[in-house]
Amino acid sequence: MTSTTGGRTAATTVNGVGTSPARPDGTRKVRGEFAYSSDLWHEDMLWGATLRSPYPHARVTGVDIAAAVAVPGVYAVLTHDDVPGLNRYGLEHPDQPVLADDVVRYRGEPVAVVAADHPETAQRAVKLIDVTYDVLDPVTDAEEAVRGDVAAVHPGGNVVRHAAIRRGEQASQADVVVTGRYEVGMQDQAFLGPESGLAVPDGSGGVDLYVATQWLHVDQQQIVAALGVSPEQVRLTLAGVGGAFGGREDLSMQIHASLLALYTGNPVKMVYNREESFYGHVHRHPATMYYEHGATRDGRLVYVTARIYLDGGAYASSTGAVVGNAATLGVGPYDVPNVRIDCWGTYTNNPPCGAMRGFGAVQAAFGYESQMDKLAAACGLSPTEVRRRNAMCEGTVMPTGQTVDSAAPVAELLDRLDAMPLPSGPSRDAGVADLRSLPGGVSNTTHGEGVVRGVGYAVGIKNICFSEGFDDYSTARVRLAAVGGEPAVTVQTAAAEVGQGLVTILQQIVRTELGVDQVTILPAGTSIGSAGSTSASRQSYMTGGAVRAAALKVRGALLSHAATTLSRTAAELHLDGGKLASAADGVLADLVDVLGEAEFDETVEWRHRPTEALDPETGQGNAHVQYGFAAHRAVVDVDVELGLVKVVSLDCVQDVGKALNPQAVVGQIQGGSAQGLGLALMEEIRTDGGVIRNPSFTDYLIPTVLDMPPMNIEVLELADPHAPYGLRGVGEPPTISSTPAIVAAIRAATGKELLRVPVRPDHLI
Amino acid sequence: MRLNLTVNGERRRADDVWEGESLLYVLRERLGLPGSKNACEQGECGSCTVYLDEVPACACLVAAGQAEGREVRTVEGLADGDTLDPVQQSFVECGAVQCGFCTPGLVVAAHDLLRREPDPSDEEIREALAGNLCRCTGYEKILDAVRSAASAR
Repeated sequence: MTSTTGGRTAATTVNGVGTSPARPDGTRKVRGEFAYSSDLWHEDMLWGATLRSPYPHARVTGVDIAAAVAVPGVYAVLTHDDVPGLNRYGLEHPDQPVLADDVVRYRGEPVAVVAADHPETAQRAVKLIDVTYDVLDPVTDAEEAVRGDVAAVHPGGNVVRHAAIRRGEQASQADVVVTGRYEVGMQDQAFLGPESGLAVPDGSGGVDLYVATQWLHVDQQQIVAALGVSPEQVRLTLAGVGGAFGGREDLSMQIHASLLALYTGNPVKMVYNREESFYGHVHRHPATMYYEHGATRDGRLVYVTARIYLDGGAYASSTGAVVGNAATLGVGPYDVPNVRIDCWGTYTNNPPCGAMRGFGAVQAAFGYESQMDKLAAACGLSPTEVRRRNAMCEGTVMPTGQTVDSAAPVAELLDRLDAMPLPSGPSRDAGVADLRSLPGGVSNTTHGEGVVRGVGYAVGIKNICFSEGFDDYSTARVRLAAVGGEPAVTVQTAAAEVGQGLVTILQQIVRTELGVDQVTILPAGTSIGSAGSTSASRQSYMTGGAVRAAALKVRGALLSHAATTLSRTAAELHLDGGKLASAADGVLADLVDVLGEAEFDETVEWRHRPTEALDPETGQGNAHVQYGFAAHRAVVDVDVELGLVKVVSLDCVQDVGKALNPQAVVGQIQGGSAQGLGLALMEEIRTDGGVIRNPSFTDYLIPTVLDMPPMNIEVLELADPHAPYGLRGVGEPPTISSTPAIVAAIRAATGKELLRVPVRPDHLI
Repeated sequence: MRLNLTVNGERRRADDVWEGESLLYVLRERLGLPGSKNACEQGECGSCTVYLDEVPACACLVAAGQAEGREVRTVEGLADGDTLDPVQQSFVECGAVQCGFCTPGLVVAAHDLLRREPDPSDEEIREALAGNLCRCTGYEKILDAVRSAASAR
C-alpha cells in the first residue's frame, strides 16, 4: 500500500477507516450459515418455474395451459393475461413484457410461470404448456440494425441510443495514422448464486419479497407497476447475494414470484438453475469498434475517430448508459485534442445486454489500447512510452469538455508497473519444466518446445457513480444508544451487499466517526429510502458518504448533549475509543455514561456533486463525477503450435484515493483482474441466430485457480478532495485494463494482430 | 422413497423423497442444511462439495438414493461448536470470502487437501482446488488462506 498524500483521513481508530477488520458476515459464510436467496424456506412454500421462448423472434399465436393446470400438485399457471398491472418493466425504459403477450424477442423470454408443490412438478407442468408460435426472422447484427436495413425489433426502430462526441477539429490530418476494427464477445457475469428469492403474500393484497438484487428500490418500482398495487404493498428485503457484477441490476424472478404468491396465497420460491441463469439475466454488450488514431511522428495523438456498435439485444435494459460510457471514455486515459466518436446501442433479437462490471468502458478499452500498441509500433516507441507521451493528468480536458479535477496518475501507474520485477523466463529445456507452469498444464501438450513469451501493458479509465445528470443519492440512518452497558450503533441502509464488503466498510466508517466499536449493520430493505444501485463502483462513495454524514450528525447532537452534561463546550469535545475527551484535559467520561437513556438517531439523504447531461449534438458536458484508473502488465507464455496461453503474471497498479479497507481493495483488484483475464482468453456467450449455444459452466468457461497467475499489486492513495475520505471507486477499473494487457502480451509473443476477444486457439496458429 | 443417512454425525431420515432428487436437494430442502451451495447443479463449480464416506464429492451429482445408509459431512459439520476449523478461520482472516457462495465448497476441498497433505506446495493447492470456481476473489486470497491454515495446523 503506497500512501502518497495525507488525504483527509480521520484519526486512526481500532478497526476504523484504513484498517482491514474481518467482514461481519464472514463467520456465517464459512460455516454455511449465511442465508442466500436460494436458501430460504417457508411453511406451505410452493416452487415457481418459468416457461421460456424457444425462439429468438416469433409471434405468439396461442397459449394453452389446460394440461399444465391438470397436473396434481400444480397451484397456478399464469400468462400475460394474469398480470394485473403494467405488463412491461425495464431499468431505464419499460419495454420488456413481464410475460410475453404478442411477440417474443429473444430465446429465453418468459412466456408463462407455474407454481407447484415440488420443483420437478413445476418443471413438468411448464413442459405441458402448449404455446403456438409464428416464427419470425431474427435480427442478429448490430450494425445492420443501426443501418435500418432489417426489421424493427421494437416500434421505434432499432437504435436505443446514439451518442456523438465532437471535440476540436473534425477533419484532422496526421503524419502517422493507424486504424483497426475490433470485436468484443458477449461476456457473462457468471455470479455463482443463481437468481432466486422468496415471495410471501401478506393476506391483504401485498407481498414481502426476499431477494438477491443490486438495487432494491428500482426493483420495487417495477414490481409495483406490474402488480398494480401501491408502493407500501411491496416490501423488499435483501437476501444473501451470491455475487452480482451487474447481472442483478435488471429484474429476473421478482415479479413472477410475487405474481404467483398473490395468486396462490402461498409463499413462492423461485431458483434458476445455471442454464436458466444464462437466459435469466442481461450480459455484457458485445461490441464492434472501428478506430482511427492520428499522431505526430513522435507519437503524440492529434486525433481519434471511432465508431462503436454495442448490441443491446432484445430489450433496452441499461444500454443507454452503457453507450454514454463507451462514448465519453472512448479515447481512454489520454489527452486528445480532436475527437469524433459515434456510439450506437441497438435492439436485436440477441440475448438482452445491460450492466456488467466496467459497463461500456471495458469494450472501448480493448479498442483504444489495441490502437495505442499499434501506434507505438508505427512510431518506433515502446508501449509504455507512447502511453506516457499521451497520458492524461489532473487538468486534462476530456473529449466531453470536462476538466479532470482530481488526480489522474496515468503516467505514474505505468512507471510503477515498469519498476516491478518480471518473472523469470520460460524453461526451454524439454523434460525439465514443471508441466503445471506451462500452457496446457498437465494435459502434457508441451515440455517447453514451441513456447514463446510476451509482455503487454494497458491502462483503463472508468467513471465512478452515476453520470449524465442522474439524481444519484443514498440514504442512511445511524442510531447510537447504550445497549447492555456498552455504546452501540445500528446502521440502516438499502444498499446491496453483494460480496464486495460494503458492510465491513460501513462499520469502519462509524467506528472512525463515533469511536464506537460495536456497530451493527441491519438487513437492507425498502423500509428506508433508496441507496441507489450497487454498481458503477459507487457504494463506498455514496452509501459510505451517507453513513458518514449521518454519523457526523449523530456526533454533533451527542457532543451538544455531552457539553451540557459535562459543563463544557461542544467544540472542545471529541470521541475516542468509547470515551469523551478534550484536548486539554484528556478523557472526561465514558460515552456509555454520558449516553444514559438518551438515543441519537439521524437519517441523511446524501448526494454527490451534480453532473450534467451530454449535449445531444456534440456530446459536451460535465457528465461524470469522478474517474478511476488502473493499469496492468501481463506476461504470457504461448504454445504457438497449439494456440494455448498461460498467463504467467498479471501485475496491477491502481489509484483508489483512499483505501478504506486495504484487504478488500486488493481483493477487488484481484477479482476484477480475473474477470478481465476471462474475457481475454475464454469467456464468451456464443450465439447462433440469436440462440445461446453454451448456457452452462461446462461450455461457458470462467477462470479457475489454475488460470489465474500470482499478481503484484500496488495501490496508490491520491485523495480526491470531492469524495468522502478522498476515496475513489475501486471495483471496476481492474476489470478494464487486464483484458487488453493480456492480449497485448499475446501479440508480443506471437506477432498476431488479434482483433477480437476472447482470443481463441485458432487465432494463434 | 424413504432415505436414511448420517449427516454430520447424526442419523437423519427423509420421507417422500422423489427418486430424481439429488443429495444436494435433500440436504438443502429436506434436512435444513443449505450450507452446500447450488451454483451450477451440474458438477462444474464445486460449490456443493461434501464428504461422502470421507471422500469429497459434488452433492449435486449424487442421487439421493445413492446416499442411503452412508455418512455425509457438510460444511456445517466442520466447526467444533463455536470454534471454527483452521481452514474456516483462515478464510475469514485472509479475505478469502467475498460473496461467499463458493466458500462452503472451497472450505471442504481445502479441508480435504490438508488432511491428505498437511504442507502442500502452491502447485498442489492449485491442483486440489481446480474443481472449485470462484467469481469474486481471483483466488489469490484463497491460496493465502490455505497456506495460512496449513501453517496453523
